[in-house]
Amino acid sequence: MAVLARAKLAQITALVADVAPLPSHVVLRGPENGLVMLRGRAGGAGGRFNLGEMTVTRCTVRNADGYVGHAYIQGREKPLAALAAALDAALQDPARHDGLQTAVITPLANAQAAARAAIARRAAATKVDFFTLSTMRS
Amino acid sequence: MAYVAVKGGERAIDNAHAWLAEERRGDLGISAIGLAQITEQLGRSVDRVMAEGSVYDTDLAALAIKQSQGDLIEAAFLLRAYRTTLPRFAIAEPVDTANMLIRRRISAVYKDLPGGQILGPTYDYTHRLLDFALAAGTVPPPAAEAIAPEAAMPRVADILGQEGLIEAHTDDGREPGDLTREPLRFPATRDVRLQALARGDEGFLLAMGYSTQRGYGGSHPFVGELRVGDCNIEITPPEIGFAIDIGDVMLTECALVNQFAGSKTVPPQFTSGYGLTFGHAERKAMGMALVDRAMRAEELGEDANAPAQNIEFMLYHSDNIEATGFVEHLKLPHYVDFQSELETIRRMRAETGQ
Repeated sequence: MAVLARAKLAQITALVADVAPLPSHVVLRGPENGLVMLRGRAGGAGGRFNLGEMTVTRCTVRNADGYVGHAYIQGREKPLAALAAALDAALQDPARHDGLQTAVITPLANAQAAARAAIARRAAATKVDFFTLSTMRS
Repeated sequence: MAYVAVKGGERAIDNAHAWLAEERRGDLGISAIGLAQITEQLGRSVDRVMAEGSVYDTDLAALAIKQSQGDLIEAAFLLRAYRTTLPRFAIAEPVDTANMLIRRRISAVYKDLPGGQILGPTYDYTHRLLDFALAAGTVPPPAAEAIAPEAAMPRVADILGQEGLIEAHTDDGREPGDLTREPLRFPATRDVRLQALARGDEGFLLAMGYSTQRGYGGSHPFVGELRVGDCNIEITPPEIGFAIDIGDVMLTECALVNQFAGSKTVPPQFTSGYGLTFGHAERKAMGMALVDRAMRAEELGEDANAPAQNIEFMLYHSDNIEATGFVEHLKLPHYVDFQSELETIRRMRAETGQ
């Protein structure tokens, strides 16, 4: 879910197109937009406080194989939540799990890890190297 | 007392709004601004609207900015109004700022802190000269990259905490108050204060924070740490039964380190003021941390005479949506109120024979 929540609808759709079609499903709930209240901690580690809300879209489906899939995804994109719920259901099927994991989830996870790594590399390039008196003498 | 006209003006209002829409669009010979352009190129405005609108959604904030012609308080107002149309699905686990994906992290108290000083995309050290190359649409070269260390970047407050030199923060497990559900009540506890400040007006927090530095309730702050980065959001929906990660938000956190002389029961130690806000908003986070610390004066046994230390004053005036509503309502018809004042003045003058 962490991977699907960070993926673009077009990315997932393109990857899903290359695997066996997902089983048909009925929507049990949603897709619907709502909010999640985010929280922080006083001082960073103390008592909790309400920081403000974030938009979220959720969806629940049951597929033709009987698996129930859920999705909660940041933002308001209903087709994305519906597709993620269908994938969540299909991923619970042992017969489909490994294929979907390899063809859909792993490439998305790799792309997301690469994007995070690129931010970390840029941050590292802005790290200050202090020239202190002791290093100038040596 | 006769009634004055309470109806009418519909045609004038419709026409005024039509003119507003035309003015908002501007010269049709110039391309309309897209929401993606606003989220990508006016990110700090988007961050401010999300923080003061108290809803994290970059696309909605961009729409609000476009709709309000860049009036950020009006935009925050639009976002606050929109949020009332949505149900709340869940309450997230507190964000783990110690493990955020760091974009910027600086400390003014430790030069060589673990993880180092990471400047990130900052306006600090720029010369504040207008850049005419930007007006010409120059494309910047790609930012430099370096090998990112695996080492953790502990929070400065946690480093100080290991030595016991700063007050310990512990979670007493109490469910925090929620201003979106319950009205403000006094005495307001720190959780409610932090919620109010997190969505408070940046200008107000900046000015009141500044007032503490200038001597109105000063408490000698150092920026222990300022960090900007992405935190993942986890919720545990009952139908799933375990925590799921539903996305990332960019946050700015400011932890101030302040003097504290100690008391009969507490040894001398540092205390802290805390700021946490949506997006990349350092001025807001610092203002919030300054006034959070100022509002703790009474709790810490200090004199509390300055405006920033007056919790009621601060919380009643930090919200720009409430402030703009009450200030701007003065524009609405007050014909009857004024008529009665006019008659009173005339009567008083007649009675004194003037």
